[in-house]
Amino acid sequence: MKSKISIQINHQTHLIDPGLSVAAALALCGQLVTRISVSGETRAPFCGMGVCQECRVTINQQAHQLACQTMCSEGMSIITGDAR
Amino acid sequence: MTTSISPSYDVVIIGGGIVGCACAASLAKHDLKVALVESNIIGGGATAAGMGHLVVMDDNPAELALTRYSLELWRQLVSQHNGDFHRHEYSQCGTIWVAADQEEMDVAVLKCRVLNEHGVNSEMLTAQLLYDKEPQLRPGLAGGVLVADDALVYPPKSAQILLDTAMSFGAQLIRDTVISIDDKGVNLASGTSINAKETIVANGISAMNLVPDLPLRYKKGHLLITDRYPQFIHHQLVELGYIKSAHASDGDSVAFNLQPRPTGQVFIGSSRQFDVTHKEVDVHMLSKMLERAASYVPAIRDLKAIRSWTGFRAATPDGLPFIGPHPSRKNIWMATGHEGLGITTSLATAELLKDAICRQTSQIDMLPYLPARHSRLS
Repeated sequence: MKSKISIQINHQTHLIDPGLSVAAALALCGQLVTRISVSGETRAPFCGMGVCQECRVTINQQAHQLACQTMCSEGMSIITGDAR
Repeated sequence: MTTSISPSYDVVIIGGGIVGCACAASLAKHDLKVALVESNIIGGGATAAGMGHLVVMDDNPAELALTRYSLELWRQLVSQHNGDFHRHEYSQCGTIWVAADQEEMDVAVLKCRVLNEHGVNSEMLTAQLLYDKEPQLRPGLAGGVLVADDALVYPPKSAQILLDTAMSFGAQLIRDTVISIDDKGVNLASGTSINAKETIVANGISAMNLVPDLPLRYKKGHLLITDRYPQFIHHQLVELGYIKSAHASDGDSVAFNLQPRPTGQVFIGSSRQFDVTHKEVDVHMLSKMLERAASYVPAIRDLKAIRSWTGFRAATPDGLPFIGPHPSRKNIWMATGHEGLGITTSLATAELLKDAICRQTSQIDMLPYLPARHSRLS
């Protein structure tokens, strides 16, 4: 059995299987919103292939990272646009 | 038999960039009957391609007088109607001229003194003050000058606002292309003509097609804009080496020039290439420009670019614009050659031309900008 890895989503710790994209991890952990649009609308991953830019989140303090194109790693911090 | 036809307009303006639109607003407000000819979108040429940095420049007294006067006019314009700031996306970000070494610090001291002597509020920054204000700058810089009243706008919007003002005072927008001009007005691609007492040529680099003796050169520039990173930088940041390199050579060059858009986006410039007339982004030039920017602000390597593009500044032999009557062609006025300062100096250009056409005294001396200073124009 593969050991789980620990990530943080909006400062909450989650244990997930290794080998997941950030977008997949967010979905599994019930975090549907990735960002808030300029006009204030909630947005979620759409294309899943790095084109639509809707899945942008802040990963390890770096803004505008594509959740669908980034693999989770141990200790990763993910902040979504709706985080308070 | 002779037929006397009275002119349809007092003034016809060629070009719907910010300079043409500013001229239209000034003249229409002065009760002149104005037509502006533009086939493309308003503020869509060099106006849309630039940064919209409103900056006092002091390379020579004439440039200082024009930019300082124009900044005053901008402050008046954006404070109309209890604050038109947001309509222009005006932001008083100020400019920090960054000095990399002691030699540039000497330039900074001189610049600060000249600006203050001319009533332009500016302040020396030690290295420590520089890093307090802009922590993203790389270590090892010497300091700089803060010019706090410099600002920025979104130029296509400002151009449209100025045209709207002109039209509210009766100016007309004519969707056509001017193919030739004479002392009675302009001839259009559609086959018609517009009669006007005066014609103002304000179509940037394309003025060379209508006034072939005009010594204008293409000076191509690249820009890049990033995604939104609010508070990444706080002021327009320009290297003082800009002053040295701008006059040092005729060749291709890049300079560090960063702007914080009110949206949180970061504008990255700048480049210059003379006599290049194709619009495509030159990847070699763009990467040189980005390398230069990253050498001052290393963290821009981690920012996401969303778009890059180019534009053509209309450059004159001495770096000053052509504002005033054509020396030998009757009833034809020039308002072009603003190079990289067209947004800044558009409002002063319009006031100077309005004053000259209406035979009024202008606030600053027009002499240094007269097209007649160039021998080719005779």
